[in-house]
Amino acid sequence: MERRGFLKTASVLGAGLSVGPALAQPASERPKEGDVLVAFEGDSQVPLEPKDVPRDAAPLLAWPMDPAAKVVRNGSRLNKVLLVRLDSATLLGVTREHAADGVVAYSAICPHAGCEVSVWAAEPKTLECSCHYSHYDPRDGAAVIDGPTPRSLAALPLKLADGKLVVAKPFTGRVGIVPT
Amino acid sequence: MSAKRTFLQSAAALVAAGLSTASAQMPQVVAPVSATPVPGPVPEVLQKYTSVTAERLKKPEDGNWFHFRRTYDGWGFSPLTEINAKNVGRLQLVWSMATGQVEGHQAPPIVNNGVMFVATPGNQLLAIEAKTGNLLWRYKRRLPEDVVHLHPTNRGVALYGDKVYFASADCVLVALDARTGKEVWTADVDDYRKAHYMSLAPLIVDGKVILGASGGELGVRGFVAAVDAETGKQLWKTYTIPAPGEPGSETWPAGGDHYKRGGGAVWITGTYDPETNLTFWGTGNAAPWFGDQRPGDNLYTSSVVALDVNSGAIKGHFQYHPNDSWDWDEVSPPIVVDYKRDGKTVKGLINVSRSGYIWDLERTTGRINFVAGRPYVRQNVFKSLDPKTGRPVVDEARKPGTGKGAEFCPSLWGGKDWPPAAFSPRTRLIYIPANDNLCHELVGETPKYVVGERYMGVAKNVMKIVEGADHIGELQAWNVDTGKKAWTTNMPSFMWGPVLATGGDVLFAGGTNDRLFRAFDARSGKILWEYPTISGVAAVPVSFQVDGKQYVAVQSGWGVDPAKMQARMNLLFPGKYPEVPQGGAIYVFAVK
Repeated sequence: MERRGFLKTASVLGAGLSVGPALAQPASERPKEGDVLVAFEGDSQVPLEPKDVPRDAAPLLAWPMDPAAKVVRNGSRLNKVLLVRLDSATLLGVTREHAADGVVAYSAICPHAGCEVSVWAAEPKTLECSCHYSHYDPRDGAAVIDGPTPRSLAALPLKLADGKLVVAKPFTGRVGIVPT
Repeated sequence: MSAKRTFLQSAAALVAAGLSTASAQMPQVVAPVSATPVPGPVPEVLQKYTSVTAERLKKPEDGNWFHFRRTYDGWGFSPLTEINAKNVGRLQLVWSMATGQVEGHQAPPIVNNGVMFVATPGNQLLAIEAKTGNLLWRYKRRLPEDVVHLHPTNRGVALYGDKVYFASADCVLVALDARTGKEVWTADVDDYRKAHYMSLAPLIVDGKVILGASGGELGVRGFVAAVDAETGKQLWKTYTIPAPGEPGSETWPAGGDHYKRGGGAVWITGTYDPETNLTFWGTGNAAPWFGDQRPGDNLYTSSVVALDVNSGAIKGHFQYHPNDSWDWDEVSPPIVVDYKRDGKTVKGLINVSRSGYIWDLERTTGRINFVAGRPYVRQNVFKSLDPKTGRPVVDEARKPGTGKGAEFCPSLWGGKDWPPAAFSPRTRLIYIPANDNLCHELVGETPKYVVGERYMGVAKNVMKIVEGADHIGELQAWNVDTGKKAWTTNMPSFMWGPVLATGGDVLFAGGTNDRLFRAFDARSGKILWEYPTISGVAAVPVSFQVDGKQYVAVQSGWGVDPAKMQARMNLLFPGKYPEVPQGGAIYVFAVK
């Protein structure tokens, strides 16, 4: 049994941990226009292309990366992005504009309890958060289909540049849980 | 009273703004220009707030409900007798109040001489005049947006001195002024970014605030910690997973770092024995979920640990089952109760475990001894128990593993999950909110550890119901002296209702998906009264007294695990288990 003393980071008189992620560091800043996407698994800094995203299959997790500074924005879990590749013809409304060669990107963090949205329901081609069974429609802006989640996943609009997936605009909404 | 305050505040604003003479002939009350609330005087009931001493915590007055289960022994028993089996049918609503929150409401209303403190989801705490339902103050602590809050609930607060202690989900202990609801201090208990989150009611013993953190599904290393109630300084922190070289580390694979994320989370308030100064805490399952990935018994997961309150040292333990592979957290602490066995009195501990067994144990100044164990629901995993040690002989065919599927009963939610059982010293019965006839199939896979993400390793997860089963939920009563079941009352759905026992020989519990809150005859299990609430009741009911009148209070508010079980049942029986509406409210009842 290990006993530790008073936590070094503990604050007693009012100054608790800061609320929200530290945004000062580039690695913690939200994705910006022009960022590329790199695979979550491994340390690769190779920008992802549409062909790297399996079609009609479980989402691929990715981090945004500032291509000039080679800074992977993995300093905050709120920067985790899920990529799904779908038939472009099935995408609805603004989702088609946000897609690049059928690849759509959304925040991977469920706004309900902060879990990672990682399950792919193959038959209806929907996204599931397996923590509390919230379901999202990736063809329609990750709209809520059912479950306890209070809102859709924020989209990260994409474009293609030199065949690479590139962030076209910042997240379309808030990411992370709904703070109380 | 609140209307009176508003009038006075407005009148003061009128004078302050110098407007009184402008309309001298027609006195007017003018609202302040700013919408910023003006603090009013401290309400009378809070001016008279009675300090909570260590002695009062040891022996709460009959009319108060201080701890998660009212008393240190964990009985969930109110000695009040006004409400009894004869008059409970006339129980009526006295007041109710919306909490303004969704998700699972689970906390008991904590009551000190007419002041009620109710923790709710949304990291919120309400102070209420218990007799009238008047809101006294509201505290909310904003959560970081990157927190993982897998079980978005809070199971209550603790009282000491003139403060209220609130375990915030972001792993920060907050001490509030009971009279004002203002923060006195905050203390970081651990780092929420490492996926620790708190959901339990703290336990306070002799000025020490004792608590632990959830996060077993997220690869945490469980702990129980003590914080000085006056200063917020952390006094000790005892991990439920030993580091290499520490006692118990030999039950983990050698040379690895399994211990760093071995689970054993702590998310239900412990019990306490003043005679030995030991506090008893239940621990969660080991992580990842499948035992073949961490060969060994994996102490102190799925166990009870006896901690010395002064030092935090583990003085004894009992592991209900080694090398868990069924997600059977054993976080409910044992109740502290002496019982008869073979003509002698055993200084005992009794736990109704998630594995589907009732464990009769013996407490000492340290070591915890096995006395007896028996299943209370269908259980097909333990073939037998070692008669001396209580160690179960596991049917390996019923133990899932990595790439190895197995079906087992009870389900991963267990015969009883977190909702606490109750004990009545009048009937000598322990009352169990049980789920029978549910089983599970699991298949494991090797997970990759990523800080802050789930670390379970589940490839397949299917809930099943025993063919031909005519019910799932039960309220059971077992005699602690004979070890025999006294009665069972079947419930109309599964059962997630914490139980309240009372001196009037009436039990109270919700727990079903029909939104009803019920009263039962403690001696027969007969349903005596029921009340339709706005959502489902899965919170701890309490009883208290103000001005000589007995009340029963509970929160309604469906969410978290019962909602998940409802969703699973709807997959098994499409359309038969529609969504239970969410939304929280506090209900207070009395016989008028």
